[in-house]
Amino acid sequence: MDVIMLSRLQFAVAVFFHFIFVPLTLGLSLLIALMETRYVMTGDEAWRKHAKFWGKLFLINFTLGVVTGITLEFQFGTNWSRYSEYVGDIFGSLLAIEATVAFFLESTFLAVWHFGWNRVGKKMHLLSIWLVVIAGNLSALWIILANGFMQNPLGYVIRNGRAELDNFLAVVTNPYAWGMYAHTLISAWLLSCFFVLGVSSWHLLRKSHVEFFRRSFRMAAPIALILSLALALSGDIQGKNVAELQPAKLAAMEAHWETSSNVGFPILLVPDEANETNSMEGLTIPGFMSWIAYGDSNAEIKGLKDFPKEDRPPVTPVFWSFRIMVALGVVFIVLAASAWLQRKREMPCRGLMATLVWSIPLPYITIALGWLVAEVGRQPWIVYNLMRTSDAVSPVPADNVMFSLIAFIVVYSVLGLLDIFLLRKYACKGPEGMEA
Amino acid sequence: MEALQITWFILWALLWAVYFVLDGFDLGIGSLLPFMADNEEERRFMYNAAGPFWDGNEVWLISAGGVTFAAFPKVYAVMFSALYAPLLALLFALIFRAVSFEFRNKVDSPAWRGLWDLVHFVSNLVPCLLLGVAFANLFMGIPVDAQGVYHGNLVALLNPYGLAGGIFFLCIFCLHGSLWLAIKSTGALKQRAITASCVFWPIVLILLLAFLVLTACYTNLLDNYLSAPALLLLPVVALVGLLGARFMLSRGKLWLAWGCSSLFIIGVTFFGVMGMFPGMIISSMDPAATLTAFNASSSEKTLQIMLTVALIMVPIVLLYQIWVYKLFSHELTSEHLDDHAY
Repeated sequence: MDVIMLSRLQFAVAVFFHFIFVPLTLGLSLLIALMETRYVMTGDEAWRKHAKFWGKLFLINFTLGVVTGITLEFQFGTNWSRYSEYVGDIFGSLLAIEATVAFFLESTFLAVWHFGWNRVGKKMHLLSIWLVVIAGNLSALWIILANGFMQNPLGYVIRNGRAELDNFLAVVTNPYAWGMYAHTLISAWLLSCFFVLGVSSWHLLRKSHVEFFRRSFRMAAPIALILSLALALSGDIQGKNVAELQPAKLAAMEAHWETSSNVGFPILLVPDEANETNSMEGLTIPGFMSWIAYGDSNAEIKGLKDFPKEDRPPVTPVFWSFRIMVALGVVFIVLAASAWLQRKREMPCRGLMATLVWSIPLPYITIALGWLVAEVGRQPWIVYNLMRTSDAVSPVPADNVMFSLIAFIVVYSVLGLLDIFLLRKYACKGPEGMEA
Repeated sequence: MEALQITWFILWALLWAVYFVLDGFDLGIGSLLPFMADNEEERRFMYNAAGPFWDGNEVWLISAGGVTFAAFPKVYAVMFSALYAPLLALLFALIFRAVSFEFRNKVDSPAWRGLWDLVHFVSNLVPCLLLGVAFANLFMGIPVDAQGVYHGNLVALLNPYGLAGGIFFLCIFCLHGSLWLAIKSTGALKQRAITASCVFWPIVLILLLAFLVLTACYTNLLDNYLSAPALLLLPVVALVGLLGARFMLSRGKLWLAWGCSSLFIIGVTFFGVMGMFPGMIISSMDPAATLTAFNASSSEKTLQIMLTVALIMVPIVLLYQIWVYKLFSHELTSEHLDDHAY
């Protein structure tokens, strides 16, 4: 394998592993903050216990999120030095702002929350978890603005052989980035709701701490329903951004080969990339693809064949990831609605609860697939229509990258298993033995 | 533009200096773990002496990296691709360090804890050494060509000067860490931490003098000091800090001793980095390939925007971090090792 492929694989391993921890950090902190707010407002000790129980799981998850994030920041330099030189003027500043504006706030006040239960007042303690929520979700904004520049570069001028900042406002108001930010945040929060619903169901199925976990079930169900609907809506908005700004990605997502108007949406479709066609299409909803992409069922959609071969993203992984992501999105609406309908019951039905337990991994998979669509769909560009991925890689020996890639895979597998083991241990242990 | 580039060069040095001051003490404590703690409770004191701080301290590394990327993209690109192997080793060590804090006390088994204690020790020791090796090599210059391609290997970094830098950093951080541990602990552990500070102090002094001599032999850092003697204030500050640390230590003023040690670290960092000025990546192959604050910086606009952000945000960050240091500045006793502690 060459350095480019090895570096891409290494980045993929590092970023997907990092993003196992990020969504729960973003969303669970929010739910904990809501729980603690209720405690401070009502004085109900049960909510305090909830904040502590979910907080323990949050902290286990958070640590790995932090450290896997640090390796990412430095990998632009280690493995993508040509890229870093070319766009550092813009991309680097967004990362630096992320650190100074968000990471300090997040890590410092998480320490206050973690170690401060008996050292600061109730309100200060509550404020610190809210600062963690704000800082975490703010850091997501800056990194997505940076990714938005790769997807839809704006506000730059080519000077001195590189992309230099021309209009900061354009960079931070990038519509593509904001669409992606909304979609990412909502998915992260939804994942956290399903995490809470799943863990609560696990205990309810075993009749352990019934009162305790009915409370978290009741709390998470309506939020999950609202978020699952908002997720579809934000996905639709982002889809329209893609249609407008990245037509090749859109064509790959839909495996759409020939330019045509009034394009239908085949529910059954199997792409055949080698022959530039689809080996099967069926159950087509007329005009639906045009309508989804442009809000007009007669709109024309450019087909993959009208893009030069060297400018097309790989179709098969992008198509299937997109399809499965959307299908799971529908599953989430059904699951969240069922949970919502049963939230007031003495005991929600066992089938639903068992499904919720086994569904904990599903939002993780969905989010990974979504990023795969966004990032693989952007290929062959590292910065859309501006710099090719093949021109971005560091001039380092391939065996160095091979070695570090193997190290990443080994270390991350071990850490991932340990993390699952500990999360499971503490999730299953319940609030037992926890001082109120 | 030039003033802006010089400002960012100084801020770049400052960020690394602050990072060394802050993460230096917790890395030092971790490196001393097997030698200082006699029993389980003392080991937990050592973890919790760094407990509320290590994560916030590490953000200074992220910031130093981020600022290198934003203000000097070329330096960021060449520095980290040239130092590929040591940098990844540093990052893996930092991963294991974080995990050892969080996971150690999560399973009630001596074997589990023993394993993480070992991981903790190694993953604190390695960054101390690597940071020293990396910076010593930067001071000396590394073999990069005009295309930013590195022509050395990992073994080449482990030259006598690089190794001396590694040992120097390790001992500085051990001194700095044992002073912090003395502040945060009580009883026998506190006494041991004070003794360790007294032991490390002369070692650091000797290493400082040795490092100065080696610097004169291996690097061109002193050229800047000969042409601008006012800069000699920096090594003087370092020396005053180091002497002050011992003086305060003997008077039992631990906070001031730690403060002096911080001043020492800032002085040493600035001494090295200002010695390179305006160089940031000095090429030992081809002087024309050297990256400087002037040929490797971002555009004027980016430097201006980043300066605005830094001038607003860094004071705010410092304010709330100082508040948190005050909040958790108490001496640790058994009652602090509760449900929330590591």
